[in-house]
Amino acid sequence: MEVSNKKDQNLVSIENLTFYRGNRKIFDDISLNFQRGKVTAIMGPSGTGKTTLLKLIGGQLVPDRGTVLVDNKNVHQLTRAELFILRKRMGMLFQSGALLTDINVFDNVAFPIREHTKISESMIRTIVLMKLESVGLRGASKLMPNELSGGMARRIALARAISLDPMMIMYDEPFSGQDPISLGTLVKLIKELNSALKITSIIVSHDVQDTARIADYIYVLSGGKIVGEGTPDQLKNDSSKFVKQFFKGEADGPVQFHYPAKDYHQDIFES
Amino acid sequence: MICFFEKIGKKTLASFSKLGRATFFLIQVIKACLSVFLRPKLLLAQLYSIGVLSFMIITISGLFVGMVLGLQGFYILSDFGAEETLGLMVAASLVRELGPVISALLFAGRAGSALTAEIGLMKTTEQLSGMEMMAVDPIKRVIAPRFLAGFISMPILTTLFSSIGVIGGQIVGVIILGVDEGSYWSQMQANIDFQGDIINGVIKSIVFGVVISWIALFEGYDTIPTSEGVSRATTRTVVNSAFAILGLDFILTALMFGDI
Repeated sequence: MEVSNKKDQNLVSIENLTFYRGNRKIFDDISLNFQRGKVTAIMGPSGTGKTTLLKLIGGQLVPDRGTVLVDNKNVHQLTRAELFILRKRMGMLFQSGALLTDINVFDNVAFPIREHTKISESMIRTIVLMKLESVGLRGASKLMPNELSGGMARRIALARAISLDPMMIMYDEPFSGQDPISLGTLVKLIKELNSALKITSIIVSHDVQDTARIADYIYVLSGGKIVGEGTPDQLKNDSSKFVKQFFKGEADGPVQFHYPAKDYHQDIFES
Repeated sequence: MICFFEKIGKKTLASFSKLGRATFFLIQVIKACLSVFLRPKLLLAQLYSIGVLSFMIITISGLFVGMVLGLQGFYILSDFGAEETLGLMVAASLVRELGPVISALLFAGRAGSALTAEIGLMKTTEQLSGMEMMAVDPIKRVIAPRFLAGFISMPILTTLFSSIGVIGGQIVGVIILGVDEGSYWSQMQANIDFQGDIINGVIKSIVFGVVISWIALFEGYDTIPTSEGVSRATTRTVVNSAFAILGLDFILTALMFGDI
């Protein structure tokens, strides 16, 4: 009984996941849980496979070992049709926004609704305007994607991600490359969507301060392993050297500033 | 030496692996084509950008190729006093060979390269991935309408190329060089066989349309998602399409007209 309650509590459960890209091991037997209605962050230095993890949850990549359960369904055992049904309930915000560049903002937000429902155009218009209003960009509905700033594109992509009222949203580096105002807006939006719509949020980021502001729980990944986990406050006081280095942004520590190379002097004077 | 053989082995394996991916891709696209007919708007938009926008280059090239054929044909045929067969020579060359081959080469350069660049950039900017995550199959939504549009456009463009070419030959042969107009058209009418020449030319153009669309779309879909990857894929589309067109033209000609 307790096990099933625990299962129900978690919208996404990753168990003993191992994933290789070529000969390189990206994840080495890791297990993570993402609770319903909570904001869970996956953090770690660049190149640790954070985006890969989102693609594994979304079923775009297949793990070498282990299982990924989303709403108690094993993502990698579903047929393509079943996977697509599940994906209709999963929103994903790509790092680039991934807006369709040949149609305007309105049509981008309307895209999933038109593809998956048969509701009338007047109803679609109402829904799209409501979604755009929630990200503060109703006035930009006629603009083309190339007329948007990076921050605006990400907010439009967010409006598109929530257009079908999903049960969860995966955010891939939502804060990178944003000016302080856009960044503040995005942080506020993610928190509001989570609390108002009870959407489970998974944030992949290496932005320590802003992620810690909104996350309920954080996993820190490095070298294919989970090197730290806990609430933001727990991690700030974590004694692990890696977590300390990561949270304080120090250049040297367990993660070296320099990429492995032979001796500097030897390299310089070799020629 | 071992290194050399290792390289050959790796390249061969990579080529076969790519061929396998391309074949699997083609099967998926053909399966998805049925769903395109349920959404004709998607097909119409692609027919416009792939077919209608290629209209100008095909028309102008067809006219000039026909004019050159008229000129060269006249000088050769007049040596034997056979200028009145100029219409037959121009039409046979165009309908059997030059029409399908040159319009396919132009189509690969104009529409094929654009298709690869478009799909490649959609992949690079994560638009295809984004569609997948929105539970929209990019093969059905993006690839299949473009493939069908290429398949439909190519024979129409080839027919247009050959027709305009015949007029180009007439302008030079009849109007400028003074070949008898009646002979120009009657020789053509009497000796060009609808089944043997025209239909075979159309079959060639359909085959070329399928192959160019397949190569262009696959190269875009399979590209390495970087600016260099897209640029290389676009080049490969034009080069591989040209090889495929010329190679297949020989095979088809041998099957249709030769006794091989």
